[in-house]
Amino acid sequence: MKTCDLPAYTIADLIRTKQLSALEVLEETLERVNQVDGRPGEVDAPEASSEEDLSTIHAFTLVTEDYARRQAQKIDQLIQDGNDPGPLAGVPYTAKDIFTVKGIRSTAGSKILSNYVSPYSATVVERMEDAGAVMLGKVNLDEFTYGSSSESSAFKPVPRNPWDTSRVVGGSSGGSAAAVAAGEGAISLGTDTGGSIRHPASFCGTVGLKPTYGRVSRYGLIAFGSSLDCPGPLARNVTDAALALQAIAGQDPRDATSAAVPVPDYLAEMEKEVRGMRIGLSEEFFRVTYFDAESMELVENPIDDQIREAVFSAAGFLAQLGADIVTDVPLPHTKYGVPTYFVISRVEASSNLLRYDGVKYGYRTAESIKDLLELYRKTRGEGFGVEPKLRMLMGIYLSAAQFDKGYYQRALKARALMRGDFETIFDPKGKFRLDALLTPTAPSTAFPIGSVYGDSVLMQYSDQLTATTNHAGIPGLSFPVGFDRDGLPIGAQVLGPDYSEGSLLRIARAYEKVTEQEAWRSLKPPLVAALDS
Amino acid sequence: MAEKISREDFRRLAELASLELPEEEAEYLRGELNNQMISIEVLESIPIDAETDTAAHGLPYTDFNSAAPREDIARQDPHRQEILDQAPELEDGYIVVPDISHQELE
Repeated sequence: MKTCDLPAYTIADLIRTKQLSALEVLEETLERVNQVDGRPGEVDAPEASSEEDLSTIHAFTLVTEDYARRQAQKIDQLIQDGNDPGPLAGVPYTAKDIFTVKGIRSTAGSKILSNYVSPYSATVVERMEDAGAVMLGKVNLDEFTYGSSSESSAFKPVPRNPWDTSRVVGGSSGGSAAAVAAGEGAISLGTDTGGSIRHPASFCGTVGLKPTYGRVSRYGLIAFGSSLDCPGPLARNVTDAALALQAIAGQDPRDATSAAVPVPDYLAEMEKEVRGMRIGLSEEFFRVTYFDAESMELVENPIDDQIREAVFSAAGFLAQLGADIVTDVPLPHTKYGVPTYFVISRVEASSNLLRYDGVKYGYRTAESIKDLLELYRKTRGEGFGVEPKLRMLMGIYLSAAQFDKGYYQRALKARALMRGDFETIFDPKGKFRLDALLTPTAPSTAFPIGSVYGDSVLMQYSDQLTATTNHAGIPGLSFPVGFDRDGLPIGAQVLGPDYSEGSLLRIARAYEKVTEQEAWRSLKPPLVAALDS
Repeated sequence: MAEKISREDFRRLAELASLELPEEEAEYLRGELNNQMISIEVLESIPIDAETDTAAHGLPYTDFNSAAPREDIARQDPHRQEILDQAPELEDGYIVVPDISHQELE
């Protein structure tokens, strides 16, 4: 096994005990990127068409080799001098290209920021570096994180799923999930506004943790929906996700919404027993709504049996370990998750997108211009792709007084009702007294590239099982629970009350341990397995 | 089904969003927005009344999780030049823009 396939906690341990150097691990990981990733995404580059393009992953928008080598050498030097390099010593990681990193191009996957070099780093990036982690590069995403397949990025080619390169990686943290799954870094930093960490984690067979809103600072994150955005880690195992969360969580004076709540010892919390925990299953999360573009109607169906069975099987394992499984838990407002998300996220996105104007930074039109207004219009028309345009137009439609039909107020009330659903089931004195809810993460496994993209309604419904978490602000953790008949990963998520990341990690870790010997656990993405043979 | 967002509405929205859009792209975007409205209209069936809370945030901010107010002290950002260097056109430390647009009021 290559060091790039080792868990982060093993890599850090081997480096801290001088059995490996940070530079050795970095070089093996960079070699992996060379072997499996193909050409990195670039603005206006052609989409994948050659056989090589179609069989590689394209997770990266930028490989920061020199930056990473300097960081790795610093870690090795610290160890040589007898200093503590931190709990993530020499662990290679990637950052979704929505996080700013000082001196590094930070693009949001958009042409309008394609030349932007950030003068400062996101708090989470600084904290990963303080913990000793080494940033390999920036990874691709849906433009401004707007999507569930990573196909809307202006940086082509778009990422391809390591388990089947004809399939999407999910989104919007798709490059993060794909990179982690293929051994291109042990951890990736993603963001989750309506499911954007958990969704690609489920499509690529990784762990993905969306913390409680405010648990992790948003400073230095290029904003989407400011009341919904949550940075968090993706990793190949639960322990690594816990380690990363430990590094990045906690109050930040630069983000007034970051929570002034002490950060627990997640590794200790994670290893506690699940015996006696109450874990719920809700039928509302085993039904899925689709937008049928022919009839122009929303159609409701039961979720695919394979996904249902995988989640119920996970519940069975947890029951064996002594957890109480509570079925038929009602969350009656779940169906309003996507309609509410269409409203709130668009209104917040349109407000956040008005700052890109071709004046202060980023792309500016090359056409000759007569006045400032024309500069704005041309720059934004050329610089934004389809999704930011849609979100801005919809956000203005829903919030401008001249069009106001009261949808925004209704959405804010629906949000309170969804929050109320979760408060009811997690109430320690209530009828259900749940520690967590166990659900499928996504309504499907990874779909073929090109099969949904272009239909913005159908794509948004891919977030229907994750969006209510963001409306409520609660944490959610997606973890792999098996594969479907096409060999594609299936993800389940556990959702819990505010700041319950420790219990969610505990449940996922218990499941991971009890299924360690299951045959599917030894499967590797084909292009990684091919390197071993 | 009647279109919620007419061509005229769309033209006004594009103006408010400061977006210059080719006709073909505009029609695609307008079609998608109208499809999205089919989902958004589901909110009309939601059982709410004046008593239903309005939530601008998911989880509430209370004394338990809110940061204490800090003193309002002005600080010089240390990255002045790096920030200016990002501007597409710069002259003597000023950002250069074309003529400021103005409209004659009717």
